[in-house]
Amino acid sequence: MSTFLQQIINGISIGSVYALIAVGYSLVYSILKFSNFAHGSVLMLGSYFGFFALTLFKVPFWLALPLAIIGAGILAIINERLAYRPIRMRNAPLLYLMISSLGASIFLENLTIVTIGPTFRTYPEVFPIAPFMLGDLSIGRLDVIILIIAAVSMALLTWIIYGTRIGNAIRATSYNMRVASLMGINPDLVVGLVFFLAGASAGLGGVLFGIKYTVWPQMGILTLKAFIAAVVGGLGSLPGAVLGAVILGVTETFAAAFVSSAFRDLFSYALMIVIILIRPGGLLGTITEEKA
Amino acid sequence: MSEYYVGILILICINLLAVLGLSLLTGFTGLFNFGQAGFLAVGAYTATILTTQYKLPFAVALLAGILASALTSLVIGYPTLRLKGDYFAIATLGFSEAVRLLVENLEKLTGGSRGIPRIPTYTTLPVALGTAIVALWLVANYVRSRHGRNCVAIREDELAAESIGVNSFRYKQFSFAINAMLAGLSGGLLAHYVGFIQPSMFSLIKSTELIVMVIFGGMHSITGAVFAAITLTSLPELLRAAQAWRLVVYGALVVVIMVVRPEGLMGSWELTPANVKALLTGFRALWQEGE
Repeated sequence: MSTFLQQIINGISIGSVYALIAVGYSLVYSILKFSNFAHGSVLMLGSYFGFFALTLFKVPFWLALPLAIIGAGILAIINERLAYRPIRMRNAPLLYLMISSLGASIFLENLTIVTIGPTFRTYPEVFPIAPFMLGDLSIGRLDVIILIIAAVSMALLTWIIYGTRIGNAIRATSYNMRVASLMGINPDLVVGLVFFLAGASAGLGGVLFGIKYTVWPQMGILTLKAFIAAVVGGLGSLPGAVLGAVILGVTETFAAAFVSSAFRDLFSYALMIVIILIRPGGLLGTITEEKA
Repeated sequence: MSEYYVGILILICINLLAVLGLSLLTGFTGLFNFGQAGFLAVGAYTATILTTQYKLPFAVALLAGILASALTSLVIGYPTLRLKGDYFAIATLGFSEAVRLLVENLEKLTGGSRGIPRIPTYTTLPVALGTAIVALWLVANYVRSRHGRNCVAIREDELAAESIGVNSFRYKQFSFAINAMLAGLSGGLLAHYVGFIQPSMFSLIKSTELIVMVIFGGMHSITGAVFAAITLTSLPELLRAAQAWRLVVYGALVVVIMVVRPEGLMGSWELTPANVKALLTGFRALWQEGE
């Protein structure tokens, strides 16, 4: 029973990191309707920003975290400016945006390998490792801290999107960009802002993941988990992305604990395929067939 | 011809098969396949296991690899091809990772991450060249046929294509199956050329290289695909020193192409006698003007 509870907490904790990544991906998807494959590279570089701030510049953690978040956010804005905006301006097919994002991700990932190196790096110990004890139940301190940080930032993000004028503009643009711009909303400003928010949450996710595991140039593949979470919850739906991420995190942890850690990822893909077969729109989404 | 150049030529033919499939799927049907390496792996492992463990003839093993790859494409295509293209792209990405995981963990059958050594090298230049030419002829004709035009119609506007009676799901699945068959064939030939296979040969990098070839050559041109397969396979071989920076350049190249010239090098121009004639008359007119 106690292993069961521990696994649940572990799963929700890793799920909350997936949720941070998935929400950013979904946010961009809801505005521009394309899968941003460079999201993972922003996450990876955010994680490196945090890592180097802590190790190279000896910055305390409370400062390194916002630095990494803001750095990743700015990187995402630059990415949009250079790789997506010119394509958007031409009203080119969405496929071109997706391909361009693939190019950006190949570029950033391999530039990191060439300049920083392909090795796995471990974060310095930012939090004490000793677990909390609740009776005979030991709970990873790191898991709880990660869960709290992720939950607080998620609440902040929710407030920005559902509780402020800016969020109103973002949601209006996601319904219909053209009509929103007729109502006096500057679509380019909204897109820039959305990329900043997406990049920032990816950067935070990257740092938290780096603390729990390691940092390496190909860690952008983590966004595959975010894609799966978003598909499970419903593409483009923010609450769906969070729900999907938590389900995915728990599924994975249980698969690793009770079946085999080697086949953990197979369970994630199986989860996605099952959802697509039973409920193609995702748990909280609407059915999205290809329309002109 | 020295053995080295023969080797490059064989690799070009092998890559060309996989690129032709992608060109049909991504370029002509408008479906973005992120996991081509997964299909290469299915073909390579099926063929190799059959030739090494069951001692079947090479041709039979290749055929089995092609069939296995086509079958997988049907399984993945069935749930995802009715939905928006993003689902398909994500599913192919997940598929290729899943294949790699399976190959790494089914050690008895696949040798795990160490792979399968000492595969008989049946892939000679005539075999590779012959297969590539036949495949090229088939794909070029398919693309120009009624079915190929239906694929282009789906790419341009799926709703409009459906409204004039094109069964878009069926055509998408067919393009995907042809792509998978070509990739499976390419994988089988690759395994029997290199002489060993291991999961790291079928990573995301391989998928990336193949998709870059399609984008670089021109998504709507078979000529472009051939040209890109030739240049992008032989250039890195000749410029070994710049190997590390190759993928950095590829990434930047993809973004620049999408921003500046999304139709790629060739656009939709094809190397046909009529087009060459038109080009030559154009040049002649220019030249005479100059005089």
